[in-house]
Amino acid sequence: MAYFLQQLINGIALGMVYGLIAIGYSMVYGIIGMINFAHGEIYMIGAFVSIIFFTLLGMLGISWAPLALVLVLLAAIVITSLYGWTVERIAYRPLRGSFRLAPLISAIGMSIFLQTYVQVTQGAKIKPLQPVITGGITFTDASGFTVTISWIQVLIVVLTVALMAGFTWIIAKTPLGRAQRACAQDLKMAALCGVDVDRTISLTFVIGAALAAVAGLMATLYYGVIDFFIGFLAGVKAFTAAVLGGIGSIPGAMLGGLVLGLVEAFWSGYFSIEYKDVAAFTILVIVLIFLPTGILGQPEVEKV
Amino acid sequence: MLEVENVVTRYGVIEALKGVSIRVERGEIVAIIGANGAGKSTLLMTICGQPRAASGRIRFEGREITDLPTYDIVRLGIVQAPEGRRIFPRMTVYENLLMGAVPTGGRYLEEDLERVFALFPRLKERLHQRGGTLSGGEQQMLCIGRALMARPKLLLLDEPSLGIAPILVRQIFEAIVAINRERGLSILLVEQNAYQALKIAHRGYVLASGRVVREGTGRQLLADPEVRAAYLEGGQ
Repeated sequence: MAYFLQQLINGIALGMVYGLIAIGYSMVYGIIGMINFAHGEIYMIGAFVSIIFFTLLGMLGISWAPLALVLVLLAAIVITSLYGWTVERIAYRPLRGSFRLAPLISAIGMSIFLQTYVQVTQGAKIKPLQPVITGGITFTDASGFTVTISWIQVLIVVLTVALMAGFTWIIAKTPLGRAQRACAQDLKMAALCGVDVDRTISLTFVIGAALAAVAGLMATLYYGVIDFFIGFLAGVKAFTAAVLGGIGSIPGAMLGGLVLGLVEAFWSGYFSIEYKDVAAFTILVIVLIFLPTGILGQPEVEKV
Repeated sequence: MLEVENVVTRYGVIEALKGVSIRVERGEIVAIIGANGAGKSTLLMTICGQPRAASGRIRFEGREITDLPTYDIVRLGIVQAPEGRRIFPRMTVYENLLMGAVPTGGRYLEEDLERVFALFPRLKERLHQRGGTLSGGEQQMLCIGRALMARPKLLLLDEPSLGIAPILVRQIFEAIVAINRERGLSILLVEQNAYQALKIAHRGYVLASGRVVREGTGRQLLADPEVRAAYLEGGQ
């Protein structure tokens, strides 16, 4: 029982990280119908900005964890968002209205470019981070098994839930969210309503990058090591989560992330840690066979 | 108020408009009639900058708008209720109306909503229903209502009678006349239902293969034997 609970907790924390990245894929797909393959790299950049700023703050002597965390969080969000915005501006916008595959190819190019750029400027070696948050809450049951919820896991869950709540509110209630939904449903009509479509698309990339930055920071804290290549697997996983939940659906992205995180955690815990990726992608295949639009996705026939 | 001069619009290699000139004066209803594929909808879309005119000039209230982005054109007061209605299907009626209010920034929201409900009481009953679940006629009401929320100076109406029960067609045309009379709103109306359109229009243009082939007052065009033969016989 304790072991089960431990895997459940690990799975939820991991799933939330995937979910945060998956939202970026889903939102962009919802609006302009393209898969932003460079999004995993945006997450990786978020992780690097975090580690650089932790080091910087350490040099400045700011070591009080809560203050350092807030500062790094802000820096990661701002700088990573700037990357997200720039990528859209230079690699995708000029290709809008071109043939369907063009932005996709451009996205793969951007992904390779960003990876190489970080490899060249930061080095190819693994970057470790001194633990910023340590410890957790430990429960022991009668038979002596223990369940530990680390403070980092608590932080991941609290931060993700707060971000999701805020983000859901933005999408549902604010003019920006309405404009985004309008663009997702009918780009041309949104323009005819007076929406600045280019600006709305830019902001979508910025929001997606900001969420990926938070995911990058949390993964850095969680694992303690990063390198220039972490964006690839995280990107593929988060993309899987987005498809699993139903691409284009925001709650779906979060749900898909959770499902994927739990599958990985339980598979690693009960079967074999080496084959956890196989398990994750097998689930994807099964869902796509029986639910081609994902768990919460909408079939694409709702045009009147 | 609106002057379109020699406008050419291309979709790839196809020239949809081959030098069209029309004008709309303040307070007028101007009808554009013509067969399928004559370029009527393209003309309205080109006025809104979707797509941009390949050549020619479009002026609104003395100001050149040919190369302005669509959202600026809308903000100047040219608002379109497009062909096929293009309601946002997964938004409620209320949210669709809010989208219409984007150019005003929602400053006159309550007042404008009341005016739309006065014109189309049905929308008030359906306020929290999704746009995609409305009937064709209700969607058309919503489409016009959404456009009115933007406080247009010039309303572009594309095929408001298409695919709608005849009884609703009358109601919608009455609403168009009412908007024009009561608010002095200028209207550019594209219609296949040429008889209905010319009956309420002050002036009209006949478009064929991307060119204006006739123009005149609504009454003149209704009486024109060639127009009758081509667009009106059996079309009532």
